[in-house]
Amino acid sequence: MAGIAVLCEVQGGEVARGSIGVLEEAARLGAALGESVDAIVCGSGLDDAKLAALGGFGATTVRVADDALLASGIAQPVVDACATAQEAGGYRYWLAAASIMTADALAGLAARLGAGIVIDAVELHAEGGALVTRRSGLGDSVLAHCGFTSTVGVVVTRANAFAATDGNGGTAPVERFAPTFRAWSQAVTLVGHEDAVETGPDISAADVLVAGGRGLGDASGFGQIEELATAFGGAVAATRAVVDAGWYPYSAQVGQTGKTVTPKLYVACGISGAIQHKVGMQGSGTIVAINKDKNAPIFDYADFGIVGDLNAVVPQLTALVKARG
Amino acid sequence: MRIAICVKEVPDPTAVKRIDDGSHRLVRSGENTLNPYDRHAIEAAVQIKEGPAPDTEITIVTMAPESAGRSVDRALAQGGDRSIHIADEAAAGSDLLGTARVLAAALKRESFDLILLGQQAADSECYVMAGLVAELLEVPCVTQAASIELADGSVTVKRQVETGYDTVKAQMPCVVSVSDAINDPRYPPLPAIMGAKRKPHEVVTLAELGVDASTVGAAGAATSVGGLSKPAGRGDTIVLEDDGTAAEQLLAFLVEKKVVA
Repeated sequence: MAGIAVLCEVQGGEVARGSIGVLEEAARLGAALGESVDAIVCGSGLDDAKLAALGGFGATTVRVADDALLASGIAQPVVDACATAQEAGGYRYWLAAASIMTADALAGLAARLGAGIVIDAVELHAEGGALVTRRSGLGDSVLAHCGFTSTVGVVVTRANAFAATDGNGGTAPVERFAPTFRAWSQAVTLVGHEDAVETGPDISAADVLVAGGRGLGDASGFGQIEELATAFGGAVAATRAVVDAGWYPYSAQVGQTGKTVTPKLYVACGISGAIQHKVGMQGSGTIVAINKDKNAPIFDYADFGIVGDLNAVVPQLTALVKARG
Repeated sequence: MRIAICVKEVPDPTAVKRIDDGSHRLVRSGENTLNPYDRHAIEAAVQIKEGPAPDTEITIVTMAPESAGRSVDRALAQGGDRSIHIADEAAAGSDLLGTARVLAAALKRESFDLILLGQQAADSECYVMAGLVAELLEVPCVTQAASIELADGSVTVKRQVETGYDTVKAQMPCVVSVSDAINDPRYPPLPAIMGAKRKPHEVVTLAELGVDASTVGAAGAATSVGGLSKPAGRGDTIVLEDDGTAAEQLLAFLVEKKVVA
């Protein structure tokens, strides 16, 4: 086995920035290990110039599976494409930046290859001639140094763990290949899609975000969240759960399938702190959590946590902040 | 219709969690509980049984030490009809692939129409078990379901993705992991909690499932943990219970840190 394959995701006709960040990190790792790096791209109607430009981010070759089955965002046809690429390429490692699709695709690939899989990796190191990841654990209080005993190793990195640069403008040869699709991968199909509609203000520029989750009880709970946000001169954010429930617009959603935000202050109210939420806000300067459930994982990565009734604490805080103003 | 739900016992979130220095494994000897995310999967199955498919049988499947019986009972109380508990010392130390192999072996013994999982494990934050198990079973997989509808031998799932909402249709048998947005799990009433122990519990070993013990557990792990280190970054968390002054203390903290002018 030789070489590193990076599964690069295409969203809206562009290679995702997260994928490019991992590709660049793979190039640094590959240089240390003496392994070349291929970008594996799956989609439909992909633009050759954009694909070749992945050479500017460290890809030696861009290997492309172009098929309508791969344009749906469904992971299993991508598992087939990666397995086909593995048969030809004999890669030692597979990497991808976590997304809804890539995490499932590389999990499927690991199962098919009998390969070890590490998820939520935040660092990639070359140690003793092999890849050893740093996998975050116990609410980010510890880094486990995870390597592989299997011939092939599969790594899903935490979303936003590796920021992309502008690249060096280079290009790489683009080679197309035809995946062998399995029956079960074709037994799951996309039957509808609604684009997310941006209706509210852009929260990614706010210095202070006050975020609400399921713990607000219902949509009316956002009233006090808005008041606190206004007192701070900030904006309102929301979790996926409350957006899915229709309590607040999608444009305010923070997390894996929403926005990534880095305000100076993030106040999480009634938010449990699932990993899908965490990856969108962990870069915030100071994190405050208010939750009545002392077991909520959000307390593991907050700077200041209040176990209590947000219906009492939030209005008090609003009044105090206003009084200072 | 036959629904299986893969559940996990996790350390109680209130307990201080610790990784063993020697084995680099999470110490699981303390207080344990049912993974809270799995409760959404159980609730989804119960709603199918209460709604479109009343003749549904719900089977709870878990791989855990024998001591995990209480968590299995908890899952049964919430709506499971029976349980399959894979308890085998040789399974201890399984990594993600090993765990998936054991679960897939147990699921393969029977013909389930729908296999449900929670979106992630609360302890390891693992969100890929559905994808691993589905591939080993060679069946379709849909993750992060925000709703599930049944029709004509298929499930139709609405899920949120990076670009909006997808509606995905998968032929059964299939594997679906549910997001925590799908429902508000109900707490079981006391009679259901009392009745859980009387439901059929099957405890099985790896040999009974036909799993080669050398392919799972610590011996068969495809990943290895060579060490632990402390991440740079956040300092200690201050957590206090609100006694009426928490808002004041928080503001003082924010002023001291110059987050608030």
